[in-house]
Amino acid sequence: MHYVYDLFCILVFPGLIFLSIFGVIAEFIDRKLYARMQNRMGPPWFQPVADFIKLLAKEELIPEEADARMFKVLPVFAVAAVVTAFLYIPLWNTTSLYSFNGDIIVVLYLLTLPTLTFFLAGWYSTSLYATIGAVRTLTQLFAYEVPLFMGILCPAILADSWSLEAIAKFYSEHPWYTLFNLLGFVVSIIAVQGKLERIPFDIPEAETEIVGGTFTEYSGKLLALFRMAIDIELIVCAALLAAVFLPFGLSMAPITIAGLDIEPAVSFLIFLVKILAIIFVMSLIRSIFARLRIDQMIDFCWKYLAPAALVQILISFILKGILIR
Amino acid sequence: MAKVTIPIGPQHPALKEPASFNITLDGEKILDMIVKVGYNHRGIEKACEQRTYIQDMYLIERICGICSHTHSTCFIQAVEEIAGVQMPKRGLYIRTLVAELERIHSHLLWLGVAGHEVGFDTLLMYSWRDREIVMDLLAMLTGNRVNYAINTIGGVRRDITPEQIKTTLAQVDVLEERTKYYIQVATEEITLIERLSKVGTLSHDDAIRLGAVGPTGRASGADIDVRRDDPYAAYADLSFKVCVDNHNDVLGRTIVRVSELMESYKMIRQLLKNIPEGPVVVKVPRKIPAGEALSRYEAPRGEDVHYVKANGTDKPERVRVRAPTLANVQAVAAMLKNGYLADIPIVVAAIDPCFSCTDRMMVSMKDVNASKENVIDWKTLRKYSIDWYRQNRGLDLSKIKISKRW
Repeated sequence: MHYVYDLFCILVFPGLIFLSIFGVIAEFIDRKLYARMQNRMGPPWFQPVADFIKLLAKEELIPEEADARMFKVLPVFAVAAVVTAFLYIPLWNTTSLYSFNGDIIVVLYLLTLPTLTFFLAGWYSTSLYATIGAVRTLTQLFAYEVPLFMGILCPAILADSWSLEAIAKFYSEHPWYTLFNLLGFVVSIIAVQGKLERIPFDIPEAETEIVGGTFTEYSGKLLALFRMAIDIELIVCAALLAAVFLPFGLSMAPITIAGLDIEPAVSFLIFLVKILAIIFVMSLIRSIFARLRIDQMIDFCWKYLAPAALVQILISFILKGILIR
Repeated sequence: MAKVTIPIGPQHPALKEPASFNITLDGEKILDMIVKVGYNHRGIEKACEQRTYIQDMYLIERICGICSHTHSTCFIQAVEEIAGVQMPKRGLYIRTLVAELERIHSHLLWLGVAGHEVGFDTLLMYSWRDREIVMDLLAMLTGNRVNYAINTIGGVRRDITPEQIKTTLAQVDVLEERTKYYIQVATEEITLIERLSKVGTLSHDDAIRLGAVGPTGRASGADIDVRRDDPYAAYADLSFKVCVDNHNDVLGRTIVRVSELMESYKMIRQLLKNIPEGPVVVKVPRKIPAGEALSRYEAPRGEDVHYVKANGTDKPERVRVRAPTLANVQAVAAMLKNGYLADIPIVVAAIDPCFSCTDRMMVSMKDVNASKENVIDWKTLRKYSIDWYRQNRGLDLSKIKISKRW
């Protein structure tokens, strides 16, 4: 029975199927918010699903020059990596499905994998636009990854643990300590914008410059899978930020209605609200900025984001000395 | 990465019209660039010779979908000059009114396109929404959103009513409010300034040497504007400022365009306040006497030039169009020197190119006639033009300094 439960967790809830559906909803919300902020109507609720189905029905074209096997495997790999990352994040209470000391590093590593698959996808496409997109993806990775890691690991320093579960537990016991991590939260949310390749950091897929960027040669089911991976990545990043920086609402007292404990349901709703709030902030960032150039992006990340993250680390160390003895 | 040559165009999502830019890149840096135009040749000049002047006006209006009034007015001015028509004042005022409304719609459109090219889609959505106001005004005044067909030989086809004047004034106030906001965005929004400032620099000397016109030239400090220098239609009666900027880059071109919007609102108010009573059109015979004329017009993109040669029939013998983009496209290569791949779309967009307007048959003098008598050197040409302006327009242009290089 143990294996059945595990399989259910991985494939259905909160694994692949739940994530896909939630990803599609998140994409809709993101697009709708973006549209409303731009004074547009925005798409109907089923638009992302319709896009997905349409892509599934389309012909798959693989360039003759491309490495067909890598070309086909990479989208699956991207989806697998982001779905796996989700399993370690505490969702509606302080316990995640699987946890061990150091899982926060594993989650960050698993979140780096999709970016690497984007790079490889562009590289193996052998098209010029895709290659330039691929090089930009990798260049960008080196710029945002360090501030993102430092930003997300700061709460871990204060909580004195490398496990997401322990971090969540620590902060739900001391909710006010979250405020000390505000700078890290800001740094991370900006860096995540780079990871998800969204404006102002959507340089690898700048449509007016290099057509579709890394995905120029992708079509049909393979492109649909990549799109799904990006949607799920959005959820996972938002969930990770919520778990690390917004840990309130976890492990509340049991709430009973008609003899049923609905505490998990309420906590789950709070979790959804937190994720939507983060998506809202990310949509806002996306709609108020222009796309930066790659050199400006790297300058910005190393000149402002990385030092800000270092300051946050310093704050965390000092506070750790004062508050926790 | 090794050196690569990437093709931008003839078909590319960044381009609204076919044009080809072959770019040699070293990583993200531009090493070399070859510009090719001519994918959109429609044979309009030749077609004009087979149609009557009135038919030509509608054909020429379709050279460009954005500055259609520009081309039709420029052409009709040349025809009216040959025919020696005494133009009714009210007709000229209405012509100028539509011209300025067209400039507003063109500049707002450009602002949106510029936003899109640097990935700032919110600016695109906002400015195109506000552009609807001016499109509606044009539809109300002329009957059409584009290709207004307001001109006719000897005046305009429609009069404007006092209610229309009232509506226009009210809507211009709304547009002015919005434009103030865009000026704020263009001069204060950090990422936008990062992307526009120091990008696509064209020095003052280069602008003069390469013959940049319109906002492209004015953003490099070239103080030229046909509306002031060689007034046509009702511009002589208006007081306005020629917006010149010394940024020399894309930011300067943006600032010139948004400040020109403010000047246009001013001009529209003056036009509607002082519009004289009287007829809007005079009758002109179908046959235009033999003669030739060159007409200049300050299009939203720069100086537009039309040449018409009449032979006494109801059809022109030769029509020649030089759209402003032809004057500006030469500057693009200079602007992109040592630039980045990411800057190509915005730098190309910053001259507000219109390639379908530009594409004409080009026959160089060398091909047609190698004899030397047909080639005029620069000095003779300059002397000729100064004499011509003194005789025909009463303007003395001999004081204008030109670069020593010539």
